[in-house]
Amino acid sequence: MAQMMYRDAVLSTIAEEMERDPNVVVLGEDVVGGMGTAGGPEAIGGIWSTSTGLFAKFGADRVIDTPISESAIMGAAAGLALAGKRPVAELMFADFIGVSLDQIWNQIAKFRYMFGGKTKCPAVIRMAYGAGYNAAAQHSQSVHQILTGMPGLKVVMPSTPGDVKGLLRQAIRDDDPVIFLEHKALYAMSGEVSDDPNFTIPFGHARLARAGEDVTIVSSGLLLGFCEVVADKLAAEGIGCDVIDLRTTSPLDEETILDSVEVTGRLVVVDEAPPRCGLAVDICALVARQAFASLRAPPQMVTPPHTPIPFARELESAYLPSTDKIEAAVRTALAWR
Amino acid sequence: MQLSREALLRAYRQMKIIREFEERLHVEIQTGEIAGFTHLYCGQEAVAVGVCEHLSVEDKIVSTHRGHGHCLAKGCDVNGMMAEIWGSREGLCKGKGGSMHIADVDQGMLGANGIVGAGSPIGVGAALAAKLDGKGSVAITFSGDGACNQGTTFEAMNLAVVTKAPCIFLFENNHYSEHTGFEYAVGTQRDIASRAEAFGMKVWRGDGTDFFSVHDTMREVLDYVRAGNGPAAVEFDTERFFGHFEGDPQRYRGPGELDRIREMRDCLKIFRANVTGAKLLTDADLDAVDKDALEAIENAVVAARAAARPTPADVLADVYIAY
Repeated sequence: MAQMMYRDAVLSTIAEEMERDPNVVVLGEDVVGGMGTAGGPEAIGGIWSTSTGLFAKFGADRVIDTPISESAIMGAAAGLALAGKRPVAELMFADFIGVSLDQIWNQIAKFRYMFGGKTKCPAVIRMAYGAGYNAAAQHSQSVHQILTGMPGLKVVMPSTPGDVKGLLRQAIRDDDPVIFLEHKALYAMSGEVSDDPNFTIPFGHARLARAGEDVTIVSSGLLLGFCEVVADKLAAEGIGCDVIDLRTTSPLDEETILDSVEVTGRLVVVDEAPPRCGLAVDICALVARQAFASLRAPPQMVTPPHTPIPFARELESAYLPSTDKIEAAVRTALAWR
Repeated sequence: MQLSREALLRAYRQMKIIREFEERLHVEIQTGEIAGFTHLYCGQEAVAVGVCEHLSVEDKIVSTHRGHGHCLAKGCDVNGMMAEIWGSREGLCKGKGGSMHIADVDQGMLGANGIVGAGSPIGVGAALAAKLDGKGSVAITFSGDGACNQGTTFEAMNLAVVTKAPCIFLFENNHYSEHTGFEYAVGTQRDIASRAEAFGMKVWRGDGTDFFSVHDTMREVLDYVRAGNGPAAVEFDTERFFGHFEGDPQRYRGPGELDRIREMRDCLKIFRANVTGAKLLTDADLDAVDKDALEAIENAVVAARAAARPTPADVLADVYIAY
């Protein structure tokens, strides 16, 4: 095991897979950074430092710095994948799916099915998502609810550096298109990372981050850590929480959620996306349909309100789920019989 | 360059197969036997064949909603295509794609596409893969005068120039984007190639109703792109014999327009006049191909009608599902 930051887990996994498989290709805006400037290639090396050094090592044919043309980036990833490559495309901010969605939704997600299963589409689309930097309405969003609703895509939301390593390697080796969502506020998080060059985490297997028998808390990404803080605080009071880190929203590990709720009878879902037609609703519906008899309290949701993301510090703080809001939801669930 | 007798016969047969395929669909669709939306390629056969006769399976093409001609010219199986349009599980895409989504990656045919303009960036990706492989293969994106107004096409052209991708942007100008005229929708009021030129590409223009114009032009274009000069664009002026979709009343056509283009701008008639005039082939040679093509289409329709239907369980196959 090695100690590593979340962003370095992204970079090192891509580099290792490029080394292993010559078909792995990286493309995106400023993934080299500095092209056509006095500073020259790698003057920046990717704005998230998740592609630093790849250009020098693998060259321009495998590390393709693109103009600001998100549709073309996603479309090129689609074409590379159909032509036998394993593209790892970077969308600088998840919010930019708006300008590139056709290629993700109507093309990449559908090829295998539309073409009768006679082709695969092993494209990885990485994107930085999430709020907490006062980056306002167009640079802060959590888009997994949109993408999870699209058949044909797998959607991954790692919450630790160790999971980045195992899940990103799985994504690059997977024959289906994978959306890989990296939370901006986690890039500098440090954690233990496997150094086994073949360590992968299979999709659809949630991680039990905390174990307890009173309440089930389901989350992913940045907010998973908030849930752990709440669980640790409540544990001191003798309240036990199962904290389930989904890791992937598609596939969804329904079994782990249902097994936990059958014991606890109480569900709190914590999600950074807006509340309507989203992941939290989806999981509440799953539990209502399949674990109704186990429930001892109505399922609780902790999400932002159904508004765009505001800019000012006070407003963004009020908008986002917090440990206080999560704790309140857990106590509401516990207040029932 | 003079084509051999065999090459001429093959090119004519390819064009005739496409023509009969589309003419037969036009009839069959009216009986209600074929489901969904269909856009016929009739009239543009010289472009698909004049291009694809130069290509190997290593070269990739990306097509459009009007894609049957490109598919057949690139080597997709006639029976597999007919069965797909009939919605059979024996179709090229097991009945899951239909007319607008026929693909055969093994033939280098990366898919027709229901979204106008979506194919251009996909073609750039395929070209970047070819560049990485370094074997001189190319990717060709077919677009119409409708797709030339999509932002994806502009983004794709710029990306190809920036990355020197061996991509050919091939515009078939049939003068109609759906039901709207070229003169209205293409704001430059000029041609499409000049737009591509503005992106920094070398461009060519040709007569899309003349197989020889297409074939000769494409030889130059392909030589240029295969030599590592980066992308190129080519525009062929052509004609669409049917509506945007089957069932289109075509009230936008001028008086006698369809009769005139069928008479004056039919690439099969023009080919016949050229090769018989130059005494390269005889009418009897071409009549024999006509008969053979008609039989092939009849056989494909008979086979498609008899082919196995998909079952409800097939809905869940060929895709990852979470439950």
